Amino acid sequence: MEKIINGKAFVLGDNIDTDQMIPAEYLVYSLTDNEESKKYGHYAFSSVPLEKSGLPKGGIPFIEGDNYKSKYNIVIAGNNFGCGSSREHAPFALQKAGVKIVIAEAYARIFYRNSVDGGFLVPIVTARKINKEISTNDNLEINLETNVLKNLTTGKQYKLEPLGNVLPIVEAGGLFEYARKTGMIKQN
Amino acid sequence: MGMTITEKILAKSSGKNIVVPGDNVWLDIDILMTHDVCGPPTIAIWKKEFGEHAKIWDKNKLVIFPDHYIFTQNSQANRNVDILRQFAKDYSLNNYYDVGTERYKGVCHIALAEEGYNLPGIVLAGTDSHTCTSGAFGLFSTGIGNTDAAFILGTGKMWEKIPASIKFTFNGTLPSYITAKDLILKILGDITTSGGTYKTLEFDGEVVNSLNMDERMTLTNMAIEVGAMNGIIAADNVTVNYVKNRTDKEYELFFSDDNANYFSTYQYNVENFQPMVAKPHSPDNCDIVKNVQGTKLTKCYIGSCTGGKLTDFEAAAKILFGTKVKVSTFIVPASTEVANQLDNVTYNGKTLKDIFIKSGCIIAQSSCAACLGGPSDTVGRSVDRDVVISTTNRNYPGRMGSRKSEVYLASPLTVAASAVTGVITDPRDFI
Ligand code: SF4
Repeated sequence: MEKIINGKAFVLGDNIDTDQMIPAEYLVYSLTDNEESKKYGHYAFSSVPLEKSGLPKGGIPFIEGDNYKSKYNIVIAGNNFGCGSSREHAPFALQKAGVKIVIAEAYARIFYRNSVDGGFLVPIVTARKINKEISTNDNLEINLETNVLKNLTTGKQYKLEPLGNVLPIVEAGGLFEYARKTGMIKQN
Repeated sequence: MGMTITEKILAKSSGKNIVVPGDNVWLDIDILMTHDVCGPPTIAIWKKEFGEHAKIWDKNKLVIFPDHYIFTQNSQANRNVDILRQFAKDYSLNNYYDVGTERYKGVCHIALAEEGYNLPGIVLAGTDSHTCTSGAFGLFSTGIGNTDAAFILGTGKMWEKIPASIKFTFNGTLPSYITAKDLILKILGDITTSGGTYKTLEFDGEVVNSLNMDERMTLTNMAIEVGAMNGIIAADNVTVNYVKNRTDKEYELFFSDDNANYFSTYQYNVENFQPMVAKPHSPDNCDIVKNVQGTKLTKCYIGSCTGGKLTDFEAAAKILFGTKVKVSTFIVPASTEVANQLDNVTYNGKTLKDIFIKSGCIIAQSSCAACLGGPSDTVGRSVDRDVVISTTNRNYPGRMGSRKSEVYLASPLTVAASAVTGVITDPRDFI
């Protein structure tokens, strides 16, 4: 797990469900074929209504043109991020698009588990509604050792909640790595 | 301090005498269910992590239902079913229900019930968020992702944090125009789509006891819509009789202690309940039907694991009998068994199928169909600026297809009444 993450913020509102992250019609693409799976990056957040995409102003697409990588590697969101279906394609799509970390007020359970167990991205919680205080395109620095987020654009700092129980799994890089490390399953 | 039914089941599964909310435990999984969307990636992770000679921990506990993208020309969707078929062949799986054969069932959550997999007291995990549906049988069931499923496939184990329970008690006599769908929409309006995150929803009271298994499954099905880990209804005679007709496997019954600890409790008297609707674009954007009465529709949809069971179609048939629908109305039986029942179950001397055909509905083959949009050739899929009223469970932007469409969620009675008039209509106008 990277301890310091630098990058640009992409800001979203409450209740971003998994259909908005990756619409169901695209779930047919292979997750294992390297070329085909880029489609997941390309369609990440493609069902977020444009006026709610890239807050506070909105109207900012997460992915530009034919790209599959976003210029945003940090997602800032509100309450209940990842509600809806169990599709692991959702955190996978965000990872494919280059997202390293999400900071939200709260997560839906399955999305949170999938992010951690699949090692796709680091889901961090903040007590504050920082999606109301950070703007899309702000430059951020996140320190996961001190659990502090610095907004380099505005100069403001925010405290983040520690990862808690799931920290060992996140640090190992996912459930399987964790299980191997702890001897639950054999080394490959 | 006593324990809730969920705590007791999870304690047993994790080999402990007592568990309390917040405990992290490793559960022994009794059934792992997957389908055509999440099965192939689950298998791929399992092979990658356990090697080409990976062993399935217990073949009899693995159940696979292709159901999501079935009747489509989309080659990538068909490739997923091919992968499942090959996997079932390679590992000689008994519990694979292939499309194009007599064994094909349709939507997994209803098929699990019909095929006798839902045994009270067990722990069931599935790669689908609505796996919580099975909790109607007094068991613990929850949705998981592909990585967790691949881990179970190799080890039979899953980590879980013991959830706190919220109890919903429904008392009174259920009015004829109120269904389980109205009850769960009422809860959604009251506690919102995040009000149950990481919690259990436990349902009880005389109304719940009076419901058949179809209606109970409607309640537990939408537990995930408030973010819950699981929904649960303790087994009673109705449950035991249903299970007896499906399997002779043994099981154990669990009940919440009187002094169990609840995160919160809600008491409802249903006598003054009104038909409910969830307006676009969230299942908790709830209102009474009366307040949106007259909204012009372009499509009506009765189907899915929430609203495509026999009881849902019986309700719809009561209203559609002898009428003509004013907008395209899709009837999508959740399972092939329900589809057969449409041929055999009658109302006023006519089969349900006859009633639907005469009233101008389109009857589709059993599958998830447009509940989740699906490939562009999916029957009933919303297009462009469609305004849809549906018995399904989600109406987030784009869920049923077009991102510009608007979807209202309601009971089969409300959807049928609206189909007849072409605008959102309170079913009391017909009952
Ligand atoms: S019918 Fe809809 S909610 Fe049910 S399993 Fe299929 S897609 Fe999911």
